[in-house]
Amino acid sequence: MFDIAKYYEAKTLEDALSYLKANPDVRVIAGGTDVLLRIREGKISNAHLMGISFIFALKTITEDEQGNLHIGPMMTFTAIEENEIILKHIPILAEAVGAIGGPQIRNVATIGGNVCNGATSADSASSLFCLNARLKIQTADSSRLVPISEFYVGPGKVILQPGELVTDIIIEKKDYDGYTGTYKKFAQRSAMDIATIGCAVILKHDGKTISDIRIGLGVAAPTPIRCTDAENIGRGMTISPENIDAMAKATITNMRARDSWRGSKTFREHLVYELTKRAVKKLVGLPEEE
Amino acid sequence: MEQTISFTINDEQRTMVIHPGQSLLELIREDLGLTGAKQGCGVGECGACAVLVNGQAVDSCLYLAAWADGKTVVTVEGLSQYGELTNMQKAFVEGGAVQCGFCTPGIIMTATEMEARDRNYTEADIKRALSGHLCRCTGYTKIVEATKKGLENVGKCSCDHE
Ligand SMILES: Cc1cc2nc3c(=O)[nH]c(=O)nc-3n(C[C@H](O)[C@H](O)[C@H](O)COP(=O)(O)OP(=O)(O)OC[C@H]3O[C@@H](n4cnc5c(N)ncnc54)[C@H](O)[C@@H]3O)c2cc1C
Ligand code: FES
Ligand code: FES
Repeated sequence: MFDIAKYYEAKTLEDALSYLKANPDVRVIAGGTDVLLRIREGKISNAHLMGISFIFALKTITEDEQGNLHIGPMMTFTAIEENEIILKHIPILAEAVGAIGGPQIRNVATIGGNVCNGATSADSASSLFCLNARLKIQTADSSRLVPISEFYVGPGKVILQPGELVTDIIIEKKDYDGYTGTYKKFAQRSAMDIATIGCAVILKHDGKTISDIRIGLGVAAPTPIRCTDAENIGRGMTISPENIDAMAKATITNMRARDSWRGSKTFREHLVYELTKRAVKKLVGLPEEE
Repeated sequence: MEQTISFTINDEQRTMVIHPGQSLLELIREDLGLTGAKQGCGVGECGACAVLVNGQAVDSCLYLAAWADGKTVVTVEGLSQYGELTNMQKAFVEGGAVQCGFCTPGIIMTATEMEARDRNYTEADIKRALSGHLCRCTGYTKIVEATKKGLENVGKCSCDHE
């Protein structure tokens, strides 16, 4: 039995927002793979929860007239992996969420929960950083758009205030159109494991030059980050193994890795260098390993 | 605080009063007396508790009973028809993929979801699909082989066979 004192099932988005407004102590539960685990571990007790999994409006992926993508936060990882719009425009996200847990977890865990949980290890986060995703955050009375780079404020901490719900994840056409991307996860086991490092890279190139590149990292700092120093070196760079190597080395300046039982700071820095290099080489069609 | 839910379990329509803290596994095992699904880890790591919810395998230890409302739940007890095991179940029994059997009901549910999906599986796909299950007895080889066999029966296996 989970220590849940009260459970409310929101029927619609409006219903959810007004319940949140009337009950400042309530905690949102999406797929529950983080929340129920924390209750199981005794980190949350006597919980008052509001379920949002019956709200259809939060479970769609659409492409609007401008070509911008809207990902409902209640989309499960399985649904994202199999979604045609995602596979056509941002397959990097399908690749990233496919690296999460096992199938039974991916069948219930959601992208909104992954992001809102605030973990630097969230496998979807680094790709969303690369794609300059923006989150629509709503209350019963207001709505704001926040770039994902401003959403994370510390380890396990996001900017969400009581009463707020993430209702849309938006990726603009200019941020994905013409880019190719890939996600590389290093974990101690090949499945069912939290990342030691997650590395997402998207770039545009013509075979000779990389015209634009974005690098997103998980577990390289207390929150997911972008490697702006390496990106600046990579933008406009002539494609060669030496240049890619030099750019990958520059990832270290943006990192604030820590020692943990999963890996030391030095190991993490080496992983980021190696994974960035391999990801870029793969995307420009060079052999990944020397 | 109690709540009433209506759902289908193994082809039977049920309306039940639940507690908000109840997991789907507790509802299935304790209230319905269906003890096929097992509680191993209780935290989504081992898959012993897997059941199908609307055709998808979920770890019922980490899934609220409240979420079953309006849905269709299938446990290992609901697979056989007229006393006859499914092809997947037969493949496990005949292939020696069952030792103590603790992990088997969960793995069978994931394998059954694979059977129903509109795709083909390579050996690597099968291993990936079973990665949410732990078995302490078999060493997995026979489980993978049995799953392959079960999928072959429905033409969904594209593994290389020697
Ligand atoms: C066995 C296991 C393996 C795992 N493996 C991985 C892995 O490999 N990679 C990985 O990244 N994660 C992993 N996880 C962690 C977890 O599955 C993911 O973080 C998942 O995406 C959480 O989503 P959820 O829908 O279950 O969230 P929930 O647990 O329901 O919610 C998580 C948090 O987000 C908040 N929240 C959810 N939706 C909203 C919303 N729309 N608006 C505002 N707040 C919201 C909740 O209040 C809560 O604080 C694993 C978990 C388990 C149990
Ligand atoms: S008991 Fe549910 S996953 Fe282990
Ligand atoms: S047969 Fe014993 S745990 Fe798998």
